[in-house]
Amino acid sequence: MSEANINDRPLIEIKNLKQYFNINMGMFRSKPLKAVDDVSFTINKKETLGLVGESGCGKTTVGRTILHLYKPTAGEVFYDGRLIKTKADIKEFRKKATMVFQDPYSSLNPRMTVSDIIGEPLDIHRMYSGKKEREEKILELMGRVGLNSEHASRYAHEFSGGQRQRIGIARALAVNPDFIVCDEPVSALDVSIQAQVINMFDELQEMLGLTYLFIAHDLLVVRHISDRIAVMYLGKIVELASADEVYGRPLHPYSKSLISAVPVPDPKKARANERIILKGDIPSPLNAPSGCPFRTRCQYAAEQCAQSMPDFKEIEKGHFVACHRVEQIN
Amino acid sequence: MALLEVKDLHTSFFTDAGEVRAVNGVSFTLDRGRVLGIVGESGSGKSVTAYSIMQILASTGKIVSGSVKFDGEELVGAGEKVMKNIRGNKISIIFQDPMTSLNPTYTIGKQLMEAILLHTDRNKKEAYDRAVDMLRLVNVNEPEKRMKQYPFEFSGGMRQRVMIAMALACEPDILIADEPSTALDVTIQAQILDLMRDLQKELGMAIIMITHDLGVVAQMCDEVIVMYAGSICEQGTADEIFYNPRHEYTKGLLNSIPTADTAGKKLQPITGTPIDLLNMPAGCPFAPRCGAAMKICLEQRAERMQINDDHMAGCWMNVKRGIEDGSIVLSEPENE
Repeated sequence: MSEANINDRPLIEIKNLKQYFNINMGMFRSKPLKAVDDVSFTINKKETLGLVGESGCGKTTVGRTILHLYKPTAGEVFYDGRLIKTKADIKEFRKKATMVFQDPYSSLNPRMTVSDIIGEPLDIHRMYSGKKEREEKILELMGRVGLNSEHASRYAHEFSGGQRQRIGIARALAVNPDFIVCDEPVSALDVSIQAQVINMFDELQEMLGLTYLFIAHDLLVVRHISDRIAVMYLGKIVELASADEVYGRPLHPYSKSLISAVPVPDPKKARANERIILKGDIPSPLNAPSGCPFRTRCQYAAEQCAQSMPDFKEIEKGHFVACHRVEQIN
Repeated sequence: MALLEVKDLHTSFFTDAGEVRAVNGVSFTLDRGRVLGIVGESGSGKSVTAYSIMQILASTGKIVSGSVKFDGEELVGAGEKVMKNIRGNKISIIFQDPMTSLNPTYTIGKQLMEAILLHTDRNKKEAYDRAVDMLRLVNVNEPEKRMKQYPFEFSGGMRQRVMIAMALACEPDILIADEPSTALDVTIQAQILDLMRDLQKELGMAIIMITHDLGVVAQMCDEVIVMYAGSICEQGTADEIFYNPRHEYTKGLLNSIPTADTAGKKLQPITGTPIDLLNMPAGCPFAPRCGAAMKICLEQRAERMQINDDHMAGCWMNVKRGIEDGSIVLSEPENE
């Protein structure tokens, strides 16, 4: 009972988060690009929230804005019930929240050795008392992610993609965080290596009680690793529910087509699968459609969809959808 | 006669570090109107196989031995003149990255017409009409207006459509698609794969689909070749490969993909790291990562064995299984 209560309390709470970038249009004019537009969600302790969507939908920006790598245009980020606001808050927050990046080739400094890469967060936050302790901590971290201790003095280019991602994960773990934003951490890896890294994320979560925001475009990977999934489209979350719900019974028309479009590695199912093929491309976020952002590609779009943005409401317990016509089409 | 017959193809890159044997004895045939998938991880030699067929290898690469026959005509050693007639005309290729395969300084129309003018006897007006028709065929809206635009005005999916239009403009017999949808988003990928499938039925060409995504293979292909470290592990119909895999690498690959059944469970990854092509082991290249590896796997490569009419695999496990169930009988060593 008591443990359930602790786990049900959100570790991360995002309220009406907005991130606009000013795009220079020439002639001293600029226009806001609404990369993230009014996004709210919570992540419970030891939970993995998957964030899916197509390129340009703002999923990476959400992750970066939560960590305050970008200053949010509006909205609030709470960590363990505390609002992150001042510089001191941010510095303290970053001891608890770290990030694993997508590209294991460009996210590691080629001029630094593995031990310096992993040790850098320790240096920044002064998390050791002497050289010896620093050394020990680094070796322990390397062991935790399955890297050989003799690799400590090597440089990143000497490693394969999978091993580099392990270095990136060790760096993220260095400060003993509770929360990690994983931004497409396996999409640059081969299938066989991808499975190794996914398993490692699983094991680390169990062992260290971590909470993940797992951003990815590969829906099979996201379903595997996530407890709940949020689907994003043009800066907005259109659906959020448990992983099984989103996959088994998506309610938003965009989630429906996104999930039906995933190529399943099973020829018979692939032949039988009635895919919903969307027409056209994602509109540019600079010229987002009025009302519901998905209406230009939605087969159910009606007049009201052009007029107002649908509310993000709880249709069933724990199943949130932003669609005017959700009742009619399901 | 098969439309394309590749026999014991060996392609190497001669680098400062030594000879990299990227393709090691690849053989397969492709019939008219079939879709063949070549799957493998990075460095497995799947793209190099395709580039060898087209003879568009980087300057350090060379076909060392083997034969590639198109419609009965030998292409290896046939010379540039013959190849110029093959490329674009008989066999076309589309590449992974639609962002870099178009020239940013010319209009889409000019680039499409260039391909048509080069390979056919059409005059400029006819080539223009053909280009517009091709754009319409790949579902590009307002093709006349689009002809005047530059690549930067096109989205990724649209550019890949243009690449397909260009590749199909001269009605090739074979379309090689090298990871055609990898750089695209899921919903756009579905559009492009759907389009390729429709065009294949409509025009009746054969497709060689090179990909690392087993989902794409399941959706598109009649036959499948699985490659590892430059060799074919296993080949057969899609159903055979997915439902009756007979090579440990294929099994490992299929097990490492997350599916509906793996949610909440551990995946079964293939251990270890991909092979270094500069230091190839003597035996089966997959043996160092294989959970079922036996002594013989480390010493000697298994010949590819016919599993059934639609299926071939080169794995000692099949020999072991054959001996155990009696379908393979070892001959007694002869005593003098």
